Amino acid sequence: MKEQIEKVRLSALEELKNAVDIEAVKVKYLGKKGELTQLLRGMGQVAPEERPQIGQLVNDVRTVIENAINEKMTALKAQETERKLRSEALDVTVPGKKIPVGHRHPLAQTEKTLRDIFVGLGFTVAEGPEVEYDYYNFEALNLPKNHPARDTQDTFYITDNILLRSQTSPVQVRTMEQTRPPIRVISPGRVYRADPADASHSPIFHQVEGLVVDKGITMSDLKGVLELFAKRMFGEQTKIRFRPHHFPFTEPSAEVDVSCFVCGGKGCRLCKGEGWIEILGCGMVHPFVLENCNIDPREYSGFAFGMGIERIAMIRLGISDMRLLYENDERFLSQF
Amino acid sequence: MVLSRNWLTDFVNTTDIDIKEFCDRMTDTGSKVETYENTGDEIDNVRVGLIEKIEKHPDAEKLVVCQVNCGEKTLQIVTAAKNVFEGAIVPVCYCPQNEKRVTKLHGGTEIKTGKLRGVVSEGMFCSIEELGLTTHDMPDAATDGILILNGMDAKPGDDIKDVLMLNDDVIDYEITPNRPDCLSVIGLAREASATFGRKLTIPTPSVKESGDDINKYISVRIDDSEKCFRYTARVVKNVKIAPSPLWMRMRLRAAGVRPINNIVDITNYVMIEYGQPMHAFDYECIDGNQIIVRTAGDKEIFRTLDSQERELESDMLVIADGKKPVGIAGVMGGENSEITESTKTVVFEAAMFLGSSVRITAKKLGMRTEASSRFEKGLDSENTLPALERACELINLLGAGDVVSGIIDVYPVKKPVATVEFEPDRINAFLGFNLSRDEMVAMLTSLEFRVDGDTIYVPSYRDDVRCMNDVAEEVVRMYGYNKVTSSSIVSAMTQGGLTPKQSFTDDVHSLLVGAGLDEIYTFSFMSARLYDKCGMAPDDERRQSVEIMNPFGDDTKTIRTTLIPTLLEVLQTNCSRSNPRVALYEIGKVFLPRDGVVTNIHGLEGSLPDERRHISIGLYKAGDFYTLKGIIENIMAYAGIDASYVAVRNDPTYHPGRCAAVTVGDKCVGKFGQLHPTVAGNYAFDAEVYIAELDLEDIYDLSDMVKKYTPMPKFPATTRDFSFVCDETIEVGTIESAMRQSKAGKVIESITLFDIYRGAQLGEGKKSVSFSVSLRASDRTLTVEEADNFAEKILANVEAKLGITIRK
Repeated sequence: MKEQIEKVRLSALEELKNAVDIEAVKVKYLGKKGELTQLLRGMGQVAPEERPQIGQLVNDVRTVIENAINEKMTALKAQETERKLRSEALDVTVPGKKIPVGHRHPLAQTEKTLRDIFVGLGFTVAEGPEVEYDYYNFEALNLPKNHPARDTQDTFYITDNILLRSQTSPVQVRTMEQTRPPIRVISPGRVYRADPADASHSPIFHQVEGLVVDKGITMSDLKGVLELFAKRMFGEQTKIRFRPHHFPFTEPSAEVDVSCFVCGGKGCRLCKGEGWIEILGCGMVHPFVLENCNIDPREYSGFAFGMGIERIAMIRLGISDMRLLYENDERFLSQF
Repeated sequence: MVLSRNWLTDFVNTTDIDIKEFCDRMTDTGSKVETYENTGDEIDNVRVGLIEKIEKHPDAEKLVVCQVNCGEKTLQIVTAAKNVFEGAIVPVCYCPQNEKRVTKLHGGTEIKTGKLRGVVSEGMFCSIEELGLTTHDMPDAATDGILILNGMDAKPGDDIKDVLMLNDDVIDYEITPNRPDCLSVIGLAREASATFGRKLTIPTPSVKESGDDINKYISVRIDDSEKCFRYTARVVKNVKIAPSPLWMRMRLRAAGVRPINNIVDITNYVMIEYGQPMHAFDYECIDGNQIIVRTAGDKEIFRTLDSQERELESDMLVIADGKKPVGIAGVMGGENSEITESTKTVVFEAAMFLGSSVRITAKKLGMRTEASSRFEKGLDSENTLPALERACELINLLGAGDVVSGIIDVYPVKKPVATVEFEPDRINAFLGFNLSRDEMVAMLTSLEFRVDGDTIYVPSYRDDVRCMNDVAEEVVRMYGYNKVTSSSIVSAMTQGGLTPKQSFTDDVHSLLVGAGLDEIYTFSFMSARLYDKCGMAPDDERRQSVEIMNPFGDDTKTIRTTLIPTLLEVLQTNCSRSNPRVALYEIGKVFLPRDGVVTNIHGLEGSLPDERRHISIGLYKAGDFYTLKGIIENIMAYAGIDASYVAVRNDPTYHPGRCAAVTVGDKCVGKFGQLHPTVAGNYAFDAEVYIAELDLEDIYDLSDMVKKYTPMPKFPATTRDFSFVCDETIEVGTIESAMRQSKAGKVIESITLFDIYRGAQLGEGKKSVSFSVSLRASDRTLTVEEADNFAEKILANVEAKLGITIRK
């Protein structure tokens, strides 16, 4: 009997080694009609005093076989999972499925960057009409009719006193008429000049104008704000430089250069070897302009600045021809 | 303004300052230098030579062999020039092999060494052209021969640049319109003197008069003293018209003025030196011995110096004699009194005219001259007499005639001296400086302001200085713009940020970009051509647009009332460049003309158009009608607007069967659909194009941006599917409405279209439309019986309203 039990054990374990159908092995040895079950049925022929020992032996062998079966099944399952995972492997270098993503226009992105910087400094965003009265575009800004400085801005006229605004400065006047100091606004927008389009001119372009009016505003404040702006826009290392200039609506007036953000001021192609890039015009609001808006220049002072969005976009993005911005070729737009 | 540095040296000595430093510092104090160059830059290694001997070339009839004394050595030069002779003094350019220096000539001419027909030639003689000159600069020179220097201060070996004064630094300044005084050598000398702290010397011209009496020759009367503030005149007799001397010609040349003859050159020379335009009349041509400054007769015809007939208007100021105009004041003289070779007696004019009058006249006549562009900026009445005296001093110096004794000076109201209150503390506070009063006084004094106590006396030529800010500018530019320190604004806190409408617009941008669209920027200009091209009907009211008075071409005649034409242009550009998928949008302004005067605080005439932001969308190979509709539905959903879509069949821009209006209540806020195939042909599109235009202002006005939480449903929904068979002409939206309007309406949570089927078994002109309807009650779970009952009601209403039933 003992030999038979041992034989079943060995045979079962041997069979399991290469078995594919584990269930069949299980049935063959442990099933109701399985070999081990058959042996138990043959207990009648065993001497009664040996029965407990034999019974124990059969149970031990059953446990051994069951364990072996479980182990084998776990191993096979793991193999199966492994095989499945392997079969599911992907070529990760195959390109992804395209979900079309649109792009803001480079000018819009630049305007938004500028806007966010100034909003962060406590500015609001003012807007004004593009078809504007001569009064707001020129006269209130200290540019009376027949003033020679009007020549610097070739203007499209609708009537003798209505025009397409040649600058965003009229928004300054409208703002000062409508609100009392303290004033901190920027006014981004579209402006028009009768210049034919070429690589650096366009009859339509965009400006951002800034205006601050309050008691005790100084030229140092102007420089402080522009320095902050330049650092945010072009990087922490950026320096600014003032050059005297003339605008009829500010006095004193300045042109402002920023240190070249490509070469850091050493001189390169972008800055034409100068180390500096002209970026904006600014100045202290002319007392005549304040008076026109019923703001007493002896009580209040202010500064204003203005810059071309095209110019800033072009130097930041390395665009050499302004016409590209208005051509709207999808291959251009999708680069930004 | 082009400045000869040589000329500047007459008034202030800065010759020891390097040109670059000179320009940088002048720019720093406000006289912006655009460029600078040397008049002799192009030429190098050209010397003076004396031709000592000329022999025939042994082998060539047209060539001669010259022995040329060039000072340190004698060169053999072979030439074909015909005007050379033994004893001629000529410019010689050395052959490179003889010198280490590179020999340069005008226009980059290269000098080759070697033999000419077997005879060695060690150099070349130069013509004026090779030195970059013309016969205006060198009136006696041969046009097609060698420049002969005999009679000039030139000896063998001299550098030709010294002989011809071609070694001048020429600086081009950008002078801003507020500083007309700097459009002169003396004006810039004042700036240079203040900038570098150098002494300024402006000699008072001294004129040697030859007797006689000017009053016997001429009288002057100003009839319009509003437009002419001062008129000064001198008479010069026994005039000998001749070329002016080399130094004067070369200075004029450096300043960009073409030398003509001594009299004309003197007027130009004085204009550049003093900034005061001058005029010279031929005295013989002045009728009645009098000059009258008056306005023109209406439609008076006048021939100007450039031989053009001009029709004058009654507000134009002219210089007239007893009978006729002889010049347009401040603009141009007349042909009838022009200086000619035979002029014997000259009247010099130096006058001051009202800038705006000169500007308007020049503009109306379309003749902006050097003189008019100076007058219009406002000149200094005090400057006329010194300029006139300088002109006559030059007459003496050049021996060009005899100056008749006496000056005519009609100056009805002497220009008052302007004063500004001196407020050093306020200036310091304004600039953020801490300068002492004395420091400021020193700066102002260097610019010829006089400070006396609290009063600043402004020089007569500085009409731009009238208030504290102007004085502050003088201080800051002299002290240094870059010494302004940076500070943070100390002020009441302001609340920055965007308005709700600006934020809304930003969000719409994000939605459109998120939908895969690229933003475009197009011009606001519009033209009839573009309206025609997009199929717009001739009587379409959108053609009523704001017109530009002075367009520069047909394409800038008006500004747009719709974004569609420029959108289509951009789509065409992309299509023609074979871009495979183009999905675009723009948010831009349109301009709708408005009648009636809009009241405004300044009582300004005319009304401004209604400026509205529109959205345009264009798809080319990037989706179909329903792609576009989905994008629009998203915008409406974002804005919280319940919009309806109504078929539009009569817009010529759109496909009549594929166009819809976006409506909210009675209001149409936009339109979209497929571009009409005929219109698509105008743009040569090779695929269907879908476009939309929406009014963003309307959408914002109708939007409901107040979002509130609604509790999630507690009870489950039941769905029922329906497939209706109906005529093609019945719209899905109509069936949907009929379903919603049924008695089951209150439990219909949503209706989702999931299929439209057409097939032979349905028959011609029929379709099957399938919906999935979600039914939900907020207070209980619907039983199967209830749900079936509601489904019945839905079917009943659809059948009652539309006469259609479910597909069997």
